[in-house]
Amino acid sequence: MSTERTITLRVNGRDEQASLPTHRTLLEALRGMGHMEVKCGCEKGDCGACAVLVDGMAVDSCLTLAWTVEGADITTVSGLGDLDALHPVQQAFADSGAAQCGFCTPGIIIAAKAIIDEIPDPGEDDIRLGLSGNLCRCTGYTKVFEAVGEAAAALRAERSAR
Amino acid sequence: MYVPFELEMPSDLAGALNALSAAGHSKSVALAGGTNLIVDMRAKRERPDRVVGLGKVRELRGMDFGAQRISIGGGTTVSDLLRLPEIAEAAPSLVESARLFAGLMVRNTATVAGNIACGSPAADLVPPLLSLDADVTLASVGGTRTVRLDEYFLDYKRDVRRSDELITRISWPRTPKPSVNTFYKLARRKGDAITVTGVALTLSAADGICTRARIALGAVAPIVFRARAAEALLEGHVPTPALIEAAAAAAAAASSPIDDVRASADYRLHTVEALTRRLVSQAWNALN
Repeated sequence: MSTERTITLRVNGRDEQASLPTHRTLLEALRGMGHMEVKCGCEKGDCGACAVLVDGMAVDSCLTLAWTVEGADITTVSGLGDLDALHPVQQAFADSGAAQCGFCTPGIIIAAKAIIDEIPDPGEDDIRLGLSGNLCRCTGYTKVFEAVGEAAAALRAERSAR
Repeated sequence: MYVPFELEMPSDLAGALNALSAAGHSKSVALAGGTNLIVDMRAKRERPDRVVGLGKVRELRGMDFGAQRISIGGGTTVSDLLRLPEIAEAAPSLVESARLFAGLMVRNTATVAGNIACGSPAADLVPPLLSLDADVTLASVGGTRTVRLDEYFLDYKRDVRRSDELITRISWPRTPKPSVNTFYKLARRKGDAITVTGVALTLSAADGICTRARIALGAVAPIVFRARAAEALLEGHVPTPALIEAAAAAAAAASSPIDDVRASADYRLHTVEALTRRLVSQAWNALN
């Protein structure tokens, strides 16, 4: 049995192929394929900088072997929206100034999206526990918590307007 | 950075058990959520030559809420524990532990079986499950066996599970009514923190006496364990303040903590006693 093969990863709606050894993590694979928005922090599941959505669920890509998510829908922060059309969560972070150096921001926005998908009207406790796996060493959490609340409100308004 | 390994992704339990038992591999290891294993492999603390991914094994998922017993699949994630009101009603200690477990992304993938199998004294789901008298079902190609969780751990990171066995299910009886089942995690923060001292308690009452006590302690000994002497002091008696004090002292006396980066042994002994006293007092007040 081989310890390396070509696999197809579906990233932000596009199929991409890469030849990967069994030990390659999703984080390493994504960055190797040019998705530099996925950040490498602790590589232990503590900091959340590498968070991506796998079939809608937030996971640490540093703790996920790439082979195990073949066939799944992988979404990085760039897959949520881009500068021309920001996702409401991204827009709320920009409006709130919820970033300092920005290194943790891609992972925090992914976690925020996952929190709001599960709890459309999250309370302070839901937001804090939902972001407990994301570390910001600039310690700018207050505006992040505000941004998640505002993003949730914006998404609720968007849904009721439809 | 890694020792090369084969990676199999069996589609069902039989395939997973076959892969774990197959000859020719000096070290096969099961990969559930990977939140410990991947870190340990990167650090070369684990050097498997074959990894068996369990992500597609549907038999390891699912929960049954019977009239007598609750049973959950070993592949139940920590986040799964937070989603169902039935489990919050049947096992409040387990749900509280799941709520404060690591961070969101780890909760989404880490499994109940993995938390047990990692054998850490600070594994946060274990004190609640011990306080609920849980059993674990171990399966291999040779068959299945059921082991009481309080007989599962042998020593620090040593347990009764063979390397060709998987924890397929965890089950426990419904607690008699009225009971209080609770868990307190003492750590530096509420999230993303390893436990300094964990105390899980089940207290049941009838006719003004404590009929049953389960006190399980985490991170204060080489394994998570039940403070049986403390339980015995309470069972069959009215938990007066003096008796609760004696039980709390017995819980501390049964502990053998170490100094580490998170806390000193002395602090852990102090907090075992304080938390046992507090949880038993609160539970007894709630029952009366």
